[in-house]
Amino acid sequence: MKPLAELRGVGKRYANGTVAVSGVDLDLHDGEFVSLLGPSGCGKTTVLRMIAGLAEVSDGRIDWHTPRDLGFVFQEPTLMPWSTALTNVMLPLKLRKTPAREAAARAEAALAAVGLEDFLKAYPRELSGGMKMRVSIARALVTEPRILLMDEPFAALDEITRQKLNDDLLALWDKSRFTAVFVTHSVFESVYLSQRIVVMAPRPGRIAAEVRTDMPVPRDPGFRTSPEYAAACRTVSARLIEAMAA
Amino acid sequence: MTPTWQKIVAPLVIGVILLGLWEYAVRAAAIPHYILPGPLLILQTLVADWDTLSQSLWITLQITFMALAASVLIGGLLSILFTQSKWLELSLLPYAVILQVTPIVAIAPLIIIWVNDTLLSLLICAWIVAFFPILSNTILGLNSADHNLVDLFKLYGASRWQALRYLRLPAALPYFLAGLRISGGLALIGAVVAEFVAGSGGTASGLAFRILEAGYQLKIPRMFAALALVSGTGIVIFLLLSLISHLLLRRWHESAMRREN
Repeated sequence: MKPLAELRGVGKRYANGTVAVSGVDLDLHDGEFVSLLGPSGCGKTTVLRMIAGLAEVSDGRIDWHTPRDLGFVFQEPTLMPWSTALTNVMLPLKLRKTPAREAAARAEAALAAVGLEDFLKAYPRELSGGMKMRVSIARALVTEPRILLMDEPFAALDEITRQKLNDDLLALWDKSRFTAVFVTHSVFESVYLSQRIVVMAPRPGRIAAEVRTDMPVPRDPGFRTSPEYAAACRTVSARLIEAMAA
Repeated sequence: MTPTWQKIVAPLVIGVILLGLWEYAVRAAAIPHYILPGPLLILQTLVADWDTLSQSLWITLQITFMALAASVLIGGLLSILFTQSKWLELSLLPYAVILQVTPIVAIAPLIIIWVNDTLLSLLICAWIVAFFPILSNTILGLNSADHNLVDLFKLYGASRWQALRYLRLPAALPYFLAGLRISGGLALIGAVVAEFVAGSGGTASGLAFRILEAGYQLKIPRMFAALALVSGTGIVIFLLLSLISHLLLRRWHESAMRREN
Protein backbone atom coordinates (compact mmCIF):
# COMPACT_ATOMS: atom_id res chain seq x y z
CA MET A 1 0.00 0.00 0.00
CA LYS A 2 1.18 3.47 -0.82
CA PRO A 3 2.45 5.45 2.20
CA LEU A 4 0.59 8.60 3.24
CA ALA A 5 3.74 10.64 2.94
CA GLU A 6 7.29 10.07 1.77
CA LEU A 7 10.27 12.05 3.01
CA ARG A 8 13.09 11.92 0.49
CA GLY A 9 16.54 13.28 1.33
CA VAL A 10 14.92 15.84 3.63
CA GLY A 11 17.33 18.31 5.20
CA LYS A 12 17.16 21.49 7.22
CA ARG A 13 19.80 24.17 6.91
CA TYR A 14 19.54 27.43 8.86
CA ALA A 15 20.53 30.82 7.48
CA ASN A 16 23.72 30.82 9.59
CA GLY A 17 24.88 27.64 7.83
CA THR A 18 24.06 25.17 10.61
CA VAL A 19 22.78 21.87 9.24
CA ALA A 20 20.17 20.60 11.70
CA VAL A 21 18.92 17.66 9.66
CA SER A 22 20.34 15.94 6.63
CA GLY A 23 19.26 13.21 4.19
CA VAL A 24 16.20 11.88 6.01
CA ASP A 25 14.26 9.19 4.13
CA LEU A 26 11.10 8.14 5.88
CA ASP A 27 7.71 6.75 4.86
CA LEU A 28 4.62 7.33 6.95
CA HIS A 29 2.22 4.42 6.54
CA ASP A 30 -1.48 4.50 7.19
CA GLY A 31 -2.37 3.55 10.76
CA GLU A 32 1.21 3.05 11.87
CA PHE A 33 2.70 4.18 15.20
CA VAL A 34 6.26 5.42 14.58
CA SER A 35 8.64 6.89 17.14
CA LEU A 36 11.55 9.17 16.36
CA LEU A 37 14.11 8.38 19.06
CA GLY A 38 17.33 10.21 19.75
CA PRO A 39 19.25 12.52 22.07
CA SER A 40 18.58 16.26 22.24
CA GLY A 41 19.92 18.07 19.22
CA CYS A 42 19.49 15.17 16.79
CA GLY A 43 16.86 17.07 14.82
CA LYS A 44 13.86 14.90 15.65
CA THR A 45 11.69 17.88 16.54
CA THR A 46 12.82 19.64 13.35
CA VAL A 47 11.77 16.62 11.26
CA LEU A 48 8.37 16.65 12.97
CA ARG A 49 7.95 20.38 12.35
CA MET A 50 8.85 19.91 8.67
CA ILE A 51 6.22 17.17 8.37
CA ALA A 52 3.71 19.52 10.00
CA GLY A 53 4.65 22.32 7.59
CA LEU A 54 5.74 24.52 10.50
CA ALA A 55 9.35 24.55 9.34
CA GLU A 56 10.46 24.86 5.73
CA VAL A 57 12.22 21.95 4.07
CA SER A 58 15.56 23.25 2.79
CA ASP A 59 16.81 20.08 1.05
CA GLY A 60 14.95 17.16 -0.45
CA ARG A 61 11.18 16.95 -0.45
CA ILE A 62 8.11 15.55 1.23
CA ASP A 63 5.59 13.93 -1.09
CA TRP A 64 2.05 13.73 0.21
CA HIS A 65 -0.33 11.13 -1.16
CA THR A 66 -3.20 12.29 1.01
CA PRO A 67 -4.48 15.69 2.10
CA ARG A 68 -2.22 16.93 4.91
CA ASP A 69 -4.69 16.32 7.70
CA LEU A 70 -2.78 16.73 10.97
CA GLY A 71 -3.03 17.06 14.70
CA PHE A 72 -0.05 18.30 16.69
CA VAL A 73 0.82 17.90 20.37
CA PHE A 74 3.60 20.13 21.64
CA GLN A 75 6.13 19.52 24.42
CA GLU A 76 4.14 21.86 26.64
CA PRO A 77 0.34 21.66 26.83
CA THR A 78 0.17 25.00 24.93
CA LEU A 79 -3.37 25.81 26.02
CA MET A 80 -4.95 29.25 25.93
CA PRO A 81 -4.98 30.28 29.61
CA TRP A 82 -8.03 32.52 29.11
CA SER A 83 -10.20 29.65 27.83
CA THR A 84 -11.81 26.66 29.51
CA ALA A 85 -10.82 23.11 28.60
CA LEU A 86 -13.89 22.91 26.36
CA THR A 87 -13.17 26.14 24.49
CA ASN A 88 -9.54 25.13 24.08
CA VAL A 89 -10.54 21.85 22.48
CA MET A 90 -13.13 23.60 20.28
CA LEU A 91 -10.44 25.85 18.81
CA PRO A 92 -9.40 23.73 15.77
CA LEU A 93 -13.07 23.31 14.82
CA LYS A 94 -13.76 27.00 15.32
CA LEU A 95 -10.83 27.89 13.08
CA ARG A 96 -12.32 25.61 10.43
CA LYS A 97 -15.69 27.35 10.79
CA THR A 98 -17.54 24.36 12.21
CA PRO A 99 -20.93 25.48 13.60
CA ALA A 100 -20.63 26.22 17.32
CA ARG A 101 -23.15 23.63 18.46
CA GLU A 102 -21.46 20.83 16.55
CA ALA A 103 -18.00 22.00 17.65
CA ALA A 104 -19.06 21.94 21.30
CA ALA A 105 -20.50 18.45 21.00
CA ARG A 106 -17.38 17.10 19.31
CA ALA A 107 -15.08 18.82 21.81
CA GLU A 108 -17.06 17.32 24.66
CA ALA A 109 -16.70 13.87 23.13
CA ALA A 110 -12.95 14.39 22.64
CA LEU A 111 -12.53 15.45 26.27
CA ALA A 112 -14.57 12.46 27.41
CA ALA A 113 -12.27 10.21 25.33
CA VAL A 114 -9.28 11.42 27.37
CA GLY A 115 -11.18 11.04 30.65
CA LEU A 116 -11.90 14.71 31.31
CA GLU A 117 -15.69 14.76 30.95
CA ASP A 118 -15.93 16.35 34.43
CA PHE A 119 -13.56 19.22 33.64
CA LEU A 120 -15.17 20.88 30.63
CA LYS A 121 -15.46 24.25 32.38
CA ALA A 122 -12.06 24.14 34.10
CA TYR A 123 -9.40 26.69 33.19
CA PRO A 124 -5.89 25.36 32.40
CA ARG A 125 -4.47 26.73 35.66
CA GLU A 126 -6.95 24.64 37.60
CA LEU A 127 -5.68 21.41 35.99
CA SER A 128 -2.64 19.27 36.82
CA GLY A 129 0.23 18.82 34.34
CA GLY A 130 -1.10 15.46 33.20
CA MET A 131 -4.64 16.78 32.77
CA LYS A 132 -3.41 19.73 30.73
CA MET A 133 -1.61 17.29 28.44
CA ARG A 134 -4.85 15.34 28.10
CA VAL A 135 -6.66 18.52 27.02
CA SER A 136 -3.86 19.10 24.52
CA ILE A 137 -4.29 15.57 23.12
CA ALA A 138 -8.08 16.01 22.98
CA ARG A 139 -7.56 19.23 21.01
CA ALA A 140 -5.26 17.46 18.55
CA LEU A 141 -7.74 14.60 18.07
CA VAL A 142 -10.95 16.63 17.91
CA THR A 143 -10.65 17.06 14.14
CA GLU A 144 -10.14 13.28 13.77
CA PRO A 145 -6.91 13.76 11.86
CA ARG A 146 -5.29 11.13 9.63
CA ILE A 147 -1.92 11.85 11.23
CA LEU A 148 -1.11 12.78 14.83
CA LEU A 149 2.30 14.38 15.40
CA MET A 150 3.61 14.49 18.98
CA ASP A 151 6.74 16.27 20.14
CA GLU A 152 7.92 14.70 23.44
CA PRO A 153 4.49 15.38 24.93
CA PHE A 154 5.11 13.54 28.20
CA ALA A 155 8.73 14.56 28.83
CA ALA A 156 7.83 16.99 31.61
CA LEU A 157 5.51 14.61 33.47
CA ASP A 158 6.32 12.30 36.37
CA GLU A 159 6.85 8.60 35.64
CA ILE A 160 3.50 7.46 37.04
CA THR A 161 1.47 10.01 35.07
CA ARG A 162 3.55 9.32 32.01
CA GLN A 163 2.86 5.57 32.08
CA LYS A 164 -0.85 6.20 32.50
CA LEU A 165 -0.87 8.62 29.57
CA ASN A 166 1.13 6.15 27.46
CA ASP A 167 -1.54 3.51 28.09
CA ASP A 168 -4.36 5.92 27.32
CA LEU A 169 -2.67 7.20 24.16
CA LEU A 170 -2.17 3.64 22.96
CA ALA A 171 -5.84 2.86 23.65
CA LEU A 172 -6.92 5.93 21.66
CA TRP A 173 -4.67 4.89 18.81
CA ASP A 174 -5.92 1.31 18.92
CA LYS A 175 -9.49 2.58 18.66
CA SER A 176 -9.06 4.98 15.72
CA ARG A 177 -5.78 3.78 14.16
CA PHE A 178 -4.58 7.18 13.04
CA THR A 179 -0.98 7.43 11.92
CA ALA A 180 1.12 8.48 14.90
CA VAL A 181 4.55 10.06 14.77
CA PHE A 182 5.93 10.30 18.29
CA VAL A 183 9.15 12.14 19.15
CA THR A 184 10.86 10.99 22.34
CA HIS A 185 14.26 10.59 23.96
CA SER A 186 13.12 7.64 26.05
CA VAL A 187 13.98 4.15 24.75
CA PHE A 188 11.34 2.58 27.02
CA GLU A 189 8.61 4.93 25.91
CA SER A 190 9.41 4.44 22.23
CA VAL A 191 9.34 0.64 22.54
CA TYR A 192 6.19 0.67 24.64
CA LEU A 193 4.23 2.79 22.20
CA SER A 194 5.41 2.08 18.70
CA GLN A 195 5.44 -0.51 16.00
CA ARG A 196 8.49 1.06 14.38
CA ILE A 197 11.29 3.01 16.03
CA VAL A 198 13.44 5.34 13.96
CA VAL A 199 16.76 5.93 15.75
CA MET A 200 18.33 9.30 15.01
CA ALA A 201 21.88 10.57 15.55
CA PRO A 202 23.13 14.13 15.94
CA ARG A 203 25.52 16.46 14.07
CA PRO A 204 23.99 16.55 11.57
CA GLY A 205 20.60 15.10 12.53
CA ARG A 206 20.07 11.93 10.49
CA ILE A 207 18.43 8.52 10.64
CA ALA A 208 20.88 5.94 11.99
CA ALA A 209 18.73 2.83 12.30
CA GLU A 210 15.18 1.50 12.23
CA VAL A 211 13.80 -1.17 14.54
CA ARG A 212 10.46 -2.84 13.91
CA THR A 213 8.71 -4.30 16.92
CA ASP A 214 5.53 -6.16 16.18
CA MET A 215 3.99 -6.76 19.56
CA PRO A 216 0.26 -7.04 20.26
CA VAL A 217 -1.84 -3.98 21.06
CA PRO A 218 -3.49 -3.40 23.49
CA ARG A 219 -0.53 -4.18 25.75
CA ASP A 220 -1.47 -6.52 28.57
CA PRO A 221 -0.75 -5.38 32.15
CA GLY A 222 2.40 -7.49 32.42
CA PHE A 223 3.87 -6.07 29.23
CA ARG A 224 6.28 -3.66 30.92
CA THR A 225 7.99 -6.55 32.69
CA SER A 226 7.79 -9.10 29.85
CA PRO A 227 10.94 -10.60 28.28
CA GLU A 228 9.80 -9.43 24.81
CA TYR A 229 9.62 -5.82 25.98
CA ALA A 230 13.04 -6.10 27.68
CA ALA A 231 14.56 -7.66 24.56
CA ALA A 232 13.18 -4.94 22.30
CA CYS A 233 14.47 -2.24 24.66
CA ARG A 234 17.90 -3.91 24.60
CA THR A 235 17.95 -3.93 20.79
CA VAL A 236 16.87 -0.31 20.51
CA SER A 237 19.40 0.77 23.17
CA ALA A 238 22.17 -1.01 21.26
CA ARG A 239 21.19 0.79 18.03
CA LEU A 240 21.13 4.10 19.87
CA ILE A 241 24.62 3.52 21.34
CA GLU A 242 25.96 2.57 17.89
CA ALA A 243 24.35 5.68 16.43
CA MET A 244 25.96 7.91 19.04
CA ALA A 245 29.37 6.31 18.53
CA ALA A 246 29.34 6.56 14.74
CA MET B 1 -2.68 36.54 51.93
CA THR B 2 -3.48 39.82 53.67
CA PRO B 3 -7.19 40.03 54.52
CA THR B 4 -9.07 42.70 52.60
CA TRP B 5 -10.03 44.69 55.70
CA GLN B 6 -6.36 45.13 56.63
CA LYS B 7 -5.64 46.54 53.18
CA ILE B 8 -8.37 49.14 53.72
CA VAL B 9 -7.98 49.87 57.42
CA ALA B 10 -4.18 50.20 57.55
CA PRO B 11 -3.83 53.15 55.12
CA LEU B 12 -7.04 54.68 56.54
CA VAL B 13 -5.58 54.77 60.07
CA ILE B 14 -2.38 56.42 58.78
CA GLY B 15 -4.50 58.97 56.90
CA VAL B 16 -6.58 59.87 59.96
CA ILE B 17 -3.46 60.21 62.13
CA LEU B 18 -1.74 62.48 59.58
CA LEU B 19 -4.84 64.66 59.15
CA GLY B 20 -5.18 64.90 62.93
CA LEU B 21 -1.54 65.98 63.30
CA TRP B 22 -2.04 68.53 60.52
CA GLU B 23 -5.14 69.99 62.18
CA TYR B 24 -3.35 70.05 65.53
CA ALA B 25 -0.22 71.73 64.11
CA VAL B 26 -2.25 74.41 62.34
CA ARG B 27 -4.19 75.25 65.52
CA ALA B 28 -1.27 74.97 67.93
CA ALA B 29 1.01 77.19 65.87
CA ALA B 30 -1.89 79.48 64.88
CA ILE B 31 -0.90 79.31 61.21
CA PRO B 32 -3.09 81.75 59.22
CA HIS B 33 -5.45 80.00 56.81
CA TYR B 34 -4.04 81.89 53.80
CA ILE B 35 -0.70 80.13 54.45
CA LEU B 36 -1.90 76.64 55.40
CA PRO B 37 -5.53 75.85 56.15
CA GLY B 38 -6.36 72.90 58.37
CA PRO B 39 -8.21 69.84 56.99
CA LEU B 40 -11.47 70.78 58.74
CA LEU B 41 -11.52 74.22 57.12
CA ILE B 42 -10.75 72.65 53.76
CA LEU B 43 -13.69 70.29 54.23
CA GLN B 44 -15.96 73.21 55.18
CA THR B 45 -14.85 75.12 52.06
CA LEU B 46 -15.44 72.05 49.94
CA VAL B 47 -19.02 71.88 51.20
CA ALA B 48 -19.61 75.64 51.00
CA ASP B 49 -18.17 76.01 47.48
CA TRP B 50 -19.57 72.71 46.23
CA ASP B 51 -21.70 74.36 43.50
CA THR B 52 -18.72 75.97 41.75
CA LEU B 53 -16.29 73.18 42.49
CA SER B 54 -18.62 70.40 41.36
CA GLN B 55 -19.18 72.16 38.04
CA SER B 56 -15.43 72.38 37.56
CA LEU B 57 -14.98 68.78 38.64
CA TRP B 58 -17.51 67.76 36.00
CA ILE B 59 -15.55 69.64 33.30
CA THR B 60 -12.26 68.04 34.37
CA LEU B 61 -13.87 64.61 34.50
CA GLN B 62 -15.28 65.08 31.02
CA ILE B 63 -11.89 66.00 29.58
CA THR B 64 -10.20 63.16 31.47
CA PHE B 65 -12.59 60.46 30.36
CA MET B 66 -12.83 61.68 26.79
CA ALA B 67 -9.02 61.72 26.62
CA LEU B 68 -8.91 58.23 28.11
CA ALA B 69 -11.53 56.98 25.66
CA ALA B 70 -9.59 58.52 22.76
CA SER B 71 -6.41 56.90 24.11
CA VAL B 72 -8.05 53.48 24.25
CA LEU B 73 -9.53 53.90 20.79
CA ILE B 74 -6.55 55.40 18.99
CA GLY B 75 -3.85 53.66 21.07
CA GLY B 76 -5.57 50.31 20.71
CA LEU B 77 -6.25 50.73 17.00
CA LEU B 78 -2.71 51.89 16.25
CA SER B 79 -1.18 48.99 18.16
CA ILE B 80 -3.28 46.52 16.19
CA LEU B 81 -2.29 48.21 12.91
CA PHE B 82 1.38 48.26 13.95
CA THR B 83 1.44 44.55 14.72
CA GLN B 84 -0.30 43.75 11.43
CA SER B 85 2.16 45.75 9.35
CA LYS B 86 5.84 46.06 10.22
CA TRP B 87 6.08 49.00 7.78
CA LEU B 88 3.46 51.03 9.56
CA GLU B 89 5.15 50.40 12.89
CA LEU B 90 8.61 51.29 11.56
CA SER B 91 7.41 54.52 10.00
CA LEU B 92 4.95 55.75 12.65
CA LEU B 93 6.13 54.49 16.03
CA PRO B 94 9.08 56.94 16.23
CA TYR B 95 6.60 59.83 15.97
CA ALA B 96 4.49 58.38 18.75
CA VAL B 97 7.67 58.29 20.86
CA ILE B 98 8.46 61.92 19.96
CA LEU B 99 4.95 62.92 20.99
CA GLN B 100 5.44 61.07 24.26
CA VAL B 101 8.84 62.50 25.21
CA THR B 102 8.07 66.12 24.36
CA PRO B 103 6.94 67.84 27.58
CA ILE B 104 3.27 68.68 27.27
CA VAL B 105 3.75 72.09 28.94
CA ALA B 106 6.02 73.00 26.02
CA ILE B 107 3.53 72.19 23.27
CA ALA B 108 0.26 72.92 25.05
CA PRO B 109 0.42 76.70 24.29
CA LEU B 110 0.78 75.92 20.58
CA ILE B 111 -2.11 73.52 20.58
CA ILE B 112 -4.25 76.03 22.45
CA ILE B 113 -3.41 78.68 19.84
CA TRP B 114 -4.03 76.37 16.89
CA VAL B 115 -7.26 74.85 18.09
CA ASN B 116 -10.03 77.39 18.57
CA ASP B 117 -12.23 75.32 20.78
CA THR B 118 -10.78 75.34 24.33
CA LEU B 119 -12.34 72.04 25.34
CA LEU B 120 -10.99 70.34 22.23
CA SER B 121 -7.50 71.74 22.74
CA LEU B 122 -7.46 70.52 26.35
CA LEU B 123 -8.70 67.16 25.18
CA ILE B 124 -5.87 66.91 22.63
CA CYS B 125 -3.28 67.78 25.29
CA ALA B 126 -4.60 65.20 27.74
CA TRP B 127 -4.72 62.60 24.97
CA ILE B 128 -1.09 63.22 24.01
CA VAL B 129 -0.04 62.57 27.60
CA ALA B 130 -2.27 59.54 28.08
CA PHE B 131 -2.20 57.44 24.92
CA PHE B 132 1.39 56.17 24.87
CA PRO B 133 1.27 53.61 27.72
CA ILE B 134 -1.74 51.99 26.07
CA LEU B 135 0.00 51.95 22.69
CA SER B 136 3.32 50.52 23.87
CA ASN B 137 1.80 48.01 26.30
CA THR B 138 -0.71 46.71 23.79
CA ILE B 139 1.97 46.32 21.12
CA LEU B 140 4.02 44.30 23.60
CA GLY B 141 0.97 42.21 24.50
CA LEU B 142 -0.04 41.53 20.89
CA ASN B 143 3.50 40.29 20.24
CA SER B 144 3.67 38.08 23.32
CA ALA B 145 1.31 35.33 22.24
CA ASP B 146 2.80 31.88 22.95
CA HIS B 147 4.87 30.85 19.91
CA ASN B 148 3.55 27.31 19.97
CA LEU B 149 0.00 28.65 19.93
CA VAL B 150 0.93 30.81 16.95
CA ASP B 151 2.18 27.62 15.26
CA LEU B 152 -1.03 25.82 16.17
CA PHE B 153 -3.09 28.55 14.50
CA LYS B 154 -0.85 28.25 11.44
CA LEU B 155 -1.31 24.47 11.41
CA TYR B 156 -5.09 24.86 11.22
CA GLY B 157 -4.81 27.50 8.52
CA ALA B 158 -6.17 30.33 10.70
CA SER B 159 -6.71 33.66 8.95
CA ARG B 160 -5.06 36.84 10.22
CA TRP B 161 -8.38 37.93 11.62
CA GLN B 162 -8.88 34.62 13.48
CA ALA B 163 -5.36 34.78 14.91
CA LEU B 164 -6.05 38.33 16.07
CA ARG B 165 -9.46 37.61 17.54
CA TYR B 166 -8.82 34.28 19.22
CA LEU B 167 -5.12 34.56 20.10
CA ARG B 168 -3.42 37.96 19.94
CA LEU B 169 -6.16 40.10 21.46
CA PRO B 170 -6.79 37.87 24.50
CA ALA B 171 -3.03 37.47 25.01
CA ALA B 172 -2.68 41.27 24.91
CA LEU B 173 -5.51 41.94 27.39
CA PRO B 174 -3.42 41.91 30.61
CA TYR B 175 -0.85 44.23 29.00
CA PHE B 176 -3.54 46.54 27.69
CA LEU B 177 -5.14 46.74 31.13
CA ALA B 178 -1.80 47.55 32.78
CA GLY B 179 -1.40 50.35 30.22
CA LEU B 180 -4.95 51.52 30.85
CA ARG B 181 -4.29 51.94 34.57
CA ILE B 182 -1.28 54.15 33.85
CA SER B 183 -3.15 56.08 31.16
CA GLY B 184 -6.09 56.74 33.49
CA GLY B 185 -3.89 58.70 35.87
CA LEU B 186 -2.03 60.38 33.02
CA ALA B 187 -5.27 61.52 31.36
CA LEU B 188 -6.16 63.39 34.54
CA ILE B 189 -2.67 64.86 34.84
CA GLY B 190 -2.79 65.86 31.17
CA ALA B 191 -6.17 67.51 31.59
CA VAL B 192 -5.01 69.48 34.65
CA VAL B 193 -1.66 70.52 33.15
CA ALA B 194 -3.26 71.64 29.90
CA GLU B 195 -5.76 73.73 31.79
CA PHE B 196 -3.00 75.33 33.83
CA VAL B 197 -1.30 76.30 30.59
CA ALA B 198 -4.53 77.49 29.00
CA GLY B 199 -5.11 79.56 32.13
CA SER B 200 -8.36 81.07 30.94
CA GLY B 201 -11.62 79.89 32.41
CA GLY B 202 -14.79 81.19 30.88
CA THR B 203 -17.72 78.83 30.97
CA ALA B 204 -15.68 75.65 30.64
CA SER B 205 -13.32 75.99 33.58
CA GLY B 206 -12.11 72.86 35.27
CA LEU B 207 -10.49 72.20 38.62
CA ALA B 208 -7.05 73.42 37.51
CA PHE B 209 -8.50 76.82 36.72
CA ARG B 210 -10.21 76.92 40.12
CA ILE B 211 -6.82 76.24 41.75
CA LEU B 212 -5.19 79.07 39.77
CA GLU B 213 -8.07 81.44 40.44
CA ALA B 214 -8.13 80.67 44.17
CA GLY B 215 -4.37 81.22 44.28
CA TYR B 216 -4.66 84.67 42.68
CA GLN B 217 -7.41 85.61 45.12
CA LEU B 218 -5.53 84.17 48.10
CA LYS B 219 -8.47 81.86 48.78
CA ILE B 220 -6.06 79.18 49.93
CA PRO B 221 -8.67 76.88 51.59
CA ARG B 222 -10.55 76.77 48.30
CA MET B 223 -7.31 76.01 46.49
CA PHE B 224 -6.77 73.04 48.80
CA ALA B 225 -10.37 71.92 48.36
CA ALA B 226 -9.93 71.86 44.57
CA LEU B 227 -6.61 70.07 45.01
CA ALA B 228 -8.27 67.45 47.20
CA LEU B 229 -10.88 66.92 44.49
CA VAL B 230 -8.16 66.40 41.86
CA SER B 231 -6.36 63.84 44.06
CA GLY B 232 -9.62 62.12 44.96
CA THR B 233 -10.55 61.89 41.29
CA GLY B 234 -7.17 60.33 40.51
CA ILE B 235 -7.61 57.74 43.26
CA VAL B 236 -11.14 56.87 42.14
CA ILE B 237 -10.00 56.48 38.52
CA PHE B 238 -7.17 54.19 39.59
CA LEU B 239 -9.45 52.05 41.78
CA LEU B 240 -12.07 51.85 39.06
CA LEU B 241 -9.58 50.72 36.42
CA SER B 242 -8.00 48.25 38.87
CA LEU B 243 -11.43 46.80 39.52
CA ILE B 244 -12.15 46.45 35.80
CA SER B 245 -8.76 44.79 35.33
CA HIS B 246 -9.35 42.39 38.20
CA LEU B 247 -12.82 41.41 36.97
CA LEU B 248 -11.55 40.70 33.47
CA LEU B 249 -8.51 38.67 34.52
CA ARG B 250 -9.50 36.91 37.72
CA ARG B 251 -10.38 33.60 36.08
CA TRP B 252 -7.12 33.01 34.27
CA HIS B 253 -4.27 35.48 34.73
CA GLU B 254 -1.54 35.00 37.32
CA SER B 255 -1.65 38.65 38.37
CA ALA B 256 -5.27 38.42 39.53
CA MET B 257 -4.94 35.04 41.21
CA ARG B 258 -5.36 34.38 44.90
CA ARG B 259 -2.79 31.94 46.17
CA GLU B 260 -3.28 29.75 49.18
CA ASN B 261 -0.18 28.55 50.94
